[in-house]
Amino acid sequence: MSTNPPLLEIKNLNVSYHTRKGDVPAVIDFNLTLNAGESVGLVGESGCGKSTVSLALMRYMGNNGSISGGQVFFMGRDMATFSNEELRALRGSKIAMIYQEPFAALNPCMTIGKQLLEVPLTHEDISESEAKARTLQLLDDVRLPDPQRIIESYPHQLSGGQQQRVVIAMALLSNPKLLLLDEPTTALDVTVEAAIVNIVRDISKKYGTAMIYVSHNMGLILKTCERVAVMYSGQVIEEGKVQDIFVNSRHPYTRGLFRCIPNITADKNSRPLSPIRGQLPLATNRPKGCYFGPRCDFFEEEKCGKDLIPISVADSNGQRVRCTRWQEIDWDNYHPEVNQREKAAIGETLVQVRDVKKTYELPSESPLGLFGGGKREVKAVQDLSFEAKRKEIVAIVGESGCGKSTFAKVLMGLEGGSGGSIVMGNEDLAVLPVGDRTSETIAAVQMIFQNPNDTLNPTHSVGAQIARSIRKLGAASGEDVERKVDSLLDLVKLPRSYKNYKPSQLSGGQKQRIGIARAFAGRANLIVADEPVSALDVSVQAAVIDLLLDIQAKNDTTLLFISHDLSLVRYLADRIIVMYLGRIMEQGQTKDIFAPPYHPYTEALLSAVPIADHRIEKEEIILEGELPSAINPPPGCPFSSRCPRKIEGVCDKELPPKRVFPDGHEIYCHIEEQELKKMQPVFRMIEKVQTTA
Amino acid sequence: MKYLLKLIFSIRESRVGMIGLAICLFWVLVAIFADVLAPFDPLAIVAPMASPGFSSEQGILWLGGDFLGRDIMSRIIHGARTVLLWAPVATACAYAIGIMLGLTAGYYGGFVDEVLSFFANMVLAFPVLVLLILIISILGASPLSIVVAVTFASSPAVFRLVRGEVLSIRSRDFIAAAKTRGENIFYILFIEILPNAKAPLIVDACLRMGYTTIFIGILGFLGLGFPPPTPDWGGMINENRAIALVAPHMTIFPCLAVSSLVLGLNLLADGISEVSKKI
Repeated sequence: MSTNPPLLEIKNLNVSYHTRKGDVPAVIDFNLTLNAGESVGLVGESGCGKSTVSLALMRYMGNNGSISGGQVFFMGRDMATFSNEELRALRGSKIAMIYQEPFAALNPCMTIGKQLLEVPLTHEDISESEAKARTLQLLDDVRLPDPQRIIESYPHQLSGGQQQRVVIAMALLSNPKLLLLDEPTTALDVTVEAAIVNIVRDISKKYGTAMIYVSHNMGLILKTCERVAVMYSGQVIEEGKVQDIFVNSRHPYTRGLFRCIPNITADKNSRPLSPIRGQLPLATNRPKGCYFGPRCDFFEEEKCGKDLIPISVADSNGQRVRCTRWQEIDWDNYHPEVNQREKAAIGETLVQVRDVKKTYELPSESPLGLFGGGKREVKAVQDLSFEAKRKEIVAIVGESGCGKSTFAKVLMGLEGGSGGSIVMGNEDLAVLPVGDRTSETIAAVQMIFQNPNDTLNPTHSVGAQIARSIRKLGAASGEDVERKVDSLLDLVKLPRSYKNYKPSQLSGGQKQRIGIARAFAGRANLIVADEPVSALDVSVQAAVIDLLLDIQAKNDTTLLFISHDLSLVRYLADRIIVMYLGRIMEQGQTKDIFAPPYHPYTEALLSAVPIADHRIEKEEIILEGELPSAINPPPGCPFSSRCPRKIEGVCDKELPPKRVFPDGHEIYCHIEEQELKKMQPVFRMIEKVQTTA
Repeated sequence: MKYLLKLIFSIRESRVGMIGLAICLFWVLVAIFADVLAPFDPLAIVAPMASPGFSSEQGILWLGGDFLGRDIMSRIIHGARTVLLWAPVATACAYAIGIMLGLTAGYYGGFVDEVLSFFANMVLAFPVLVLLILIISILGASPLSIVVAVTFASSPAVFRLVRGEVLSIRSRDFIAAAKTRGENIFYILFIEILPNAKAPLIVDACLRMGYTTIFIGILGFLGLGFPPPTPDWGGMINENRAIALVAPHMTIFPCLAVSSLVLGLNLLADGISEVSKKI
């Protein structure tokens, strides 16, 4: 150890927010020491205080937040002694911050170049040409092609991934000592995320910048950080070296969190998720003693339910844990109850989808557009064909803009299709809007929506909304409705008293449960679930998924699961369809999708998924370039503009042929079958795990 | 309805809202109990040109008498009844029409929206006063024509507000959910969409009631309002305008009445918009 003070030292930091209901502690007893060049991850679910910590470091908490205790030393000096002027000089020069929404971080009416130059010109005494040279260098470092062009553009002319790279370059411009990253990739697609994460890691090595990486995603922390602190309800409950936490986590919450994360190498039958019971306590209503107590299987009133739990050092590696019983728990003999599932027998074909197309017309940008001439088309979905069997779970995966949600709208009749057929029973749903469907068909096809805050009408009570669905879907009438509402609430494991609640009184997970209850109110044969859990925290996500699978199995329903999350899809789907820019790239049984031969896009997608498992090593395939616009897709294979295995002169000219493999596995690619079969698996299990001990 | 009660109950958390509510309640009570409160018959000639505080044989004229000798205070009190009856009626009519058309335009969009918005913009582009005078000159001065005129002039603004709200609500998932369970258009418009726009609509209704009060005042002032001798604030200002320099109390008190009511409504609207974000 050197005699220099650490770069950042946080001692017993407490942060509170003032509300009408009094002071609410948001961060309690937070300690952290960070040396130059080190990277620490802060991980936890929403509301755990991880973002508040990073804001408190910058002393930037708005009107109602304040540091109510503890000290923060930056480069040996107590930050409370900095004047506002000094703090302002510090922000952006010594400490830089990168936020979740890149678009909100850039000024939309200034060119990128002007905004970037501002940083060194404000903080340092350098000439404009020097500043410009450094800016260009950094834009090159974040791997933006053609920095000169980027400098001259405005934020809206760049894609989300490019914007975030600009924000990173901006943060690094005056060579900060400490970089705070608050969910920097959450708003981005996985393939873009993978590229950004690599840049962040390389840059911090190159410039020796210390990092605090705030994220809800364990996989990203594993990829980027050396140490990690796990937070729960305002407290750090465990911290240590990343490897140690992954191999040998000691706190029941950390363990529970890992059991909630679907693993990309396992499915629902071989490794069922085990959700943490209960829900996150509200900051205004934390339990006595251990905050995790009410959800913990090892809770003992005597030891855990009395006083605040101090954090204690667990071993010589600096792993610390906030649990009174960590030495007593025998993890090897702990097997929480999980919902063991048998592979369901799949029935006959329920829906047959043939060449479904959906095209949107946009007015032309040219003056002719005024007169209705020169219309442009967005081909949102093209030639989508697949079939779904009874009791089967079919997943459609792809990044934003791939057409998966558009297809759901066509299937539900919210938008009319532009061609093709969706045959279910003896009706063709493709061009039949919902208003023209028979009430039987409407009851047979129902949907679960993505956004928990949007899925329920905020003005009506939960019970009234379920009751309305029951009546409209013809499941019950008269006095039976009330009984059916109760049974549906039982089905989704919510107390019956919730029917009098307004949606605003429920948490996100509870709202999604009501959404599920509503979809199953009739006798639905086919449920379309459009990203039903993507807005939820992992521990809640696991419980909702578990519930959805149970109800689906019980009712013999076919589930069309739309998602961008490959781990989740691997976990629950029987069959997977991979889409890119409106077209199917690959489809087949889940096990076939996750093993070679792959479509090159699937391969890249798999390699981009952050995996919260230290035992898995994966091939690194970073896609260059940006997602092309659907108005002007590349001719030939839509993926040809980014494909690392592109065959020049073929892929960008002609549509790829269908290559058929056993078990209905189909890949649309120009690469010969023999070549595809030679691909290496993306994931490898590492046999031995080395801990730092 | 429950929402409205909750709103009024929680208005105590906003100071401006409380002041506004107090002023409005004051005028409402004055209007309701006009017969009891007014010391004189508003049409009776008591003391011509009396100054404020003048004691006549029948009693004291606290705010003086007008050019004919009618008690100004009694006329203001009874005038409150006129304005507080017709301003809400006219506003409600403007709302009924604005909501119907706004829901239709916002929900259907496209051609329907373009046609309706075109007409709304055309009315809005017209100077309001000219429009009001025009309509009343055609229909003749009567309470009914005031309602028609105000409805015609105000409903386009309501239309635009409702349309904007519908545009943002109709793309939300719960509307898609309603469609996928086969709800008809009326259910979606009136049960799913409209209740979610209530907060801005209630705030706007308060403000619009203030505008209507001003409109009625202006019409009265122009001699296009309620036919004399109806006690009407705008009309009172007009009647006594000629001698305003000699006897300012005859015009000032009716003016104060109009502005205090409008101020009250505006403060109430501010208060409601403040608390509606919290509940």
